[in-house]
Amino acid sequence: MTVWLAIGLTAVGCYLVKLLGLSVPAGVLERPLVRRLAVLLPVALLAALTALQTFGAGPGGLALDARAAGLAAAAVALLVRAPFLLVIAVAVVVTAAVRALGG
Amino acid sequence: MSPAPTTAGRPDAGPPDPPAATVPAVPASAPDHAGARRAAVRDGLGVGIAVGLSGFAFGVTAASAGLSVLQACALSLLVFTGASQFALVGALAAGGNPFTAAAGAFFLGARNAFYGLRLAGLLRLRRRLRPFAAHWVIDETAAVALAQAGPRAARLGFAVTGATLYVLWNVTTLLGAVGAGALGDPAAWGLDAAGPAVFLALLAPMLEGARERATAALAVLLALAAVPLLPAGVPVLVAAAAAPLVLLAAGARARRSGVGTGSGDGSADGEAAR
Repeated sequence: MTVWLAIGLTAVGCYLVKLLGLSVPAGVLERPLVRRLAVLLPVALLAALTALQTFGAGPGGLALDARAAGLAAAAVALLVRAPFLLVIAVAVVVTAAVRALGG
Repeated sequence: MSPAPTTAGRPDAGPPDPPAATVPAVPASAPDHAGARRAAVRDGLGVGIAVGLSGFAFGVTAASAGLSVLQACALSLLVFTGASQFALVGALAAGGNPFTAAAGAFFLGARNAFYGLRLAGLLRLRRRLRPFAAHWVIDETAAVALAQAGPRAARLGFAVTGATLYVLWNVTTLLGAVGAGALGDPAAWGLDAAGPAVFLALLAPMLEGARERATAALAVLLALAAVPLLPAGVPVLVAAAAAPLVLLAAGARARRSGVGTGSGDGSADGEAAR
């Protein structure tokens, strides 16, 4: 039930925020400070989520395991401008390989 | 801005085909010629297919986080903004309560409002169409639409990307969620790395400026430091503070040195758009 609550809240919130952008008169969201925050907020959240899901291990725990190798490989793929899907595949395959080797 | 490091994914890059190349073939009065329309369709299909297929990773991730197939599909159908979906599922899997989990997903989805703002001026949708188009306002559709030459090509690019991505993302979510059981332990296949890899791929094109890199580094430090101290789902909200903190630091430094903050925010259109 709590999962459905989370899904409902996220669905409504994410839809309304999309509609807001299309409907609001320009200018309201175009203040310089708001714009700069809008650029940096996703950067902060995505960086944090990448780190948390790479190093997170159970409630309150951190671990350095095969996922870190997979993400490092994905970072290299991004540096050589590999397509989106290939970047994900590289992360998955390298993580699986390192894990299979006992890493 | 774009998850897909293609030419179409870079709003600042021009369309791959110089529209001038096809000018002799069409009447001079045609405002949007076949070349621009072809480019819009090609960009839309390319981004839509590549990113749409990664819905499989979402389906598997959702299922292995303990969500039912119905719940995974509901997320893709109703939320339809990938980063928020991965964030929500990750927070729930880590044991976060539904409110902090939804808050993290919501803040991540808030960037779509700014895409909508830029698209509203470009697509000039009729009022009745807006509630439907809004559901497709995401990284990929914005990146493709903003990269096209002219409003009609932009509208076509938006529609093709949105339709391709919506259909594929939902079909592959279903396949991933159903297939997850057959895979056994998703970790053995390395599929627990798919979520963070998606975040990293979305993040990478945003890291061009020094301010963006400082924000990312500070956010990582804040998030990891908060993990042992705070309940699951909260560290990512703490990390969001990196954005205002970096802006404050930049503002303070600019005041000390007596120069303006400049436009080092990495946005292509800057503040002149007001």
